[in-house]
Amino acid sequence: MQDDGSSVLDKFRQGDEDAFETLFRMHQRSVYGWVLRIVRDPGAAEDVTVEAFWRMHRAHARFDPARGFEPWARRIATHAALDWLRRQKPEDNIAPEMWNSVAAPTAGDAAVNAEIRNKTAQAFARLPAKLRVTATLAVVEERPQKEVAEALGITVAAVKLRVFRALRLLRKDLSEMGIKP
Amino acid sequence: MTEERFQGTVNSDQHSVRMAQLLRESLPPIGDSNDPERDLWPAMLRRMDEQTMHRAASIPWFDWALAGGLVAFAAIAPRTIPVILYYL
Repeated sequence: MQDDGSSVLDKFRQGDEDAFETLFRMHQRSVYGWVLRIVRDPGAAEDVTVEAFWRMHRAHARFDPARGFEPWARRIATHAALDWLRRQKPEDNIAPEMWNSVAAPTAGDAAVNAEIRNKTAQAFARLPAKLRVTATLAVVEERPQKEVAEALGITVAAVKLRVFRALRLLRKDLSEMGIKP
Repeated sequence: MTEERFQGTVNSDQHSVRMAQLLRESLPPIGDSNDPERDLWPAMLRRMDEQTMHRAASIPWFDWALAGGLVAFAAIAPRTIPVILYYL
């Protein structure tokens, strides 16, 4: 089985289209799930997933089979999602009803006023994309910092710093709107 | 539990912990159980075909420049046309 797997990876590296299709079918769900966590829109997540696989297809010669496909795919997908976020206007990212359609409900929902939640979401959408992605993965999705660092191609310390900066900017923005978290 | 998880991330700063909780309540996590609504392979194939056609259709600028130069040369010296055609 492992031989089959490494054979597919080697063939993909050499530009074999069938190997690419095999890897696409094996990993499209996990890549889509990861992208959806970042872009929070199912339609956009499908487009970004295709874009990410297209980038993988173009970069097949730089792929190192020894390092495995999943981390490489996740890193490319994260950057494709980051590019998508950078192209969006902040107002495009602040439709809470869209988030709620794909997001799992949380226990604290009732405790926080809907208006405060909306304003928090709006303020979050105004943050720089790289801070938003890091905070989304590390704080909202509670992914391990090491995993987030690998996906973004940065160190764990840089993840902590970005999260700290994101929360500080968010608190400042909310304070200016009269909300004291 | 959530607060404990945030401790490492936000350097135990109480403001940041509260801010993180508010953020989680404002943007509920997506979670793991999300699959695309359709198979994305057909979209991938379309994307690959588009790029292939685009690449075939896009003629490099120096080819246009060479063709333009030949036309200009032929217009200035029409007697050279048979010579150019001979060498094509």
